[in-house]
Amino acid sequence: MSVDNLVARLLAGNRRALSRTLTLIENDTPEGRRAIALLYARSGKAHTVGLTGSAGSGKSTLSGALAKELRARGRTLGIVAIDPTSPFSQGALLGDRIRMQDLTSDPEVFLRSMATRGALGGLAPSTAGVVTALDAFGKDVVLVETVGAGQDEVEVARMADTTVVVLTPGSGDDVQAMKAGIMEIADVLVVNKSDLPYADLLSKQLAALVQQSPSGRPIPILRTSATQDEGIGALVDAIEEHRAYLQQAGVQQAHRRRQARHQLLALARQRLIDRVVAQQGADGLLEDLVGKVARREVDPHTAADQLIGG
Amino acid sequence: MTQERKIRVLIAKPGLDGHDRGAKVVARALRDAGMEVIYTGIRQTPEMIAEAALQEDVDVIGLSILSGAHMELFPRVINALKERDVDPAEVLLFAGGIIPDADISPLKQLGFRAIFGPGTSTEDIISFVREWAKSRPLTAA
Repeated sequence: MSVDNLVARLLAGNRRALSRTLTLIENDTPEGRRAIALLYARSGKAHTVGLTGSAGSGKSTLSGALAKELRARGRTLGIVAIDPTSPFSQGALLGDRIRMQDLTSDPEVFLRSMATRGALGGLAPSTAGVVTALDAFGKDVVLVETVGAGQDEVEVARMADTTVVVLTPGSGDDVQAMKAGIMEIADVLVVNKSDLPYADLLSKQLAALVQQSPSGRPIPILRTSATQDEGIGALVDAIEEHRAYLQQAGVQQAHRRRQARHQLLALARQRLIDRVVAQQGADGLLEDLVGKVARREVDPHTAADQLIGG
Repeated sequence: MTQERKIRVLIAKPGLDGHDRGAKVVARALRDAGMEVIYTGIRQTPEMIAEAALQEDVDVIGLSILSGAHMELFPRVINALKERDVDPAEVLLFAGGIIPDADISPLKQLGFRAIFGPGTSTEDIISFVREWAKSRPLTAA
């Protein structure tokens, strides 16, 4: 079956066609790129929500709880759950479905697990394309759950409309929270596992920090306990309020321009590198320069100039 | 960067037995062999397994069962897959656990291409999946 046919079936609401399209996109095949080209103009309607936080902070359980609440409010959902690829075997164990059992029989929820396949930044290389397809399929909300993120995995904010950063009590003092990176991308901050000790302390520390935020818009701090189903309604309210804020004149447009610029440059950069590696790799120049840099005969900057200059 | 086509595997435990050591060992072994393994956890209904297979567009489905209910549950998994337009013939289906010899032949007729009993080495399962993957069609569409 041709990609055009497949995409037509996807747009008609066929979930099998959606699933197959996601595979083509994930594998970055020519068919996958064609599918994105066909779907892109129809995307941009869904509210994309990124959920990030450290490993074990409860992102998957919270995603499950959020999804249930959003379904109760009548929203249809796409969920993209990302887990790490092993740098040694290139394999991956994708376990996010375990935490979302209640949702797996609901036909209005489409959950796709992805492995990072070597990408840094907390997302998989084709995440944006997969989100485009779920969006064009007609999902009201697309939740993107990153891998367990450290301090510098901020890619999700460059793709999502609303970024939720999940923290847990006892995960470091207030200096950790003052560091650059993941704390700065939050549109909504969540203190999850708020039934644990020190939840109060963390909330207070965050509140003090947010007061100093330069962006102007106050960042809501919410307390949730995903396993106890507490605070979920308020979190969904805060996420939807952020969307309303974005939709004010000018704000969303500027946001999407920043995202478009980032995505375009990232893809162009990758294509340029692929082209250079394919050309100079075949000519042996790449290996030649690698050897010279390793032996300290040429410095890396000069070698890079030579590689690109051919 | 064009990605090589990864082998995506669903490992699931239908029914009510909670003995998932074997399923986890197989999931981990396939991961270490470079595959992407979706593990759904225990106590899955046939519908949940078929939904996961549909949404994740897996190439391989491995079912683990120790309760003895396989002759009841496995046909229901096959039916649930068909209902979702997932052709069982296009997916590599295998099973493991406690399955009497007498049931192997009917399960193979149902579409299961291998039954791995106690004592199977994970190497055997890995090479079985890899051999099949070599012969599969390359485009998902």
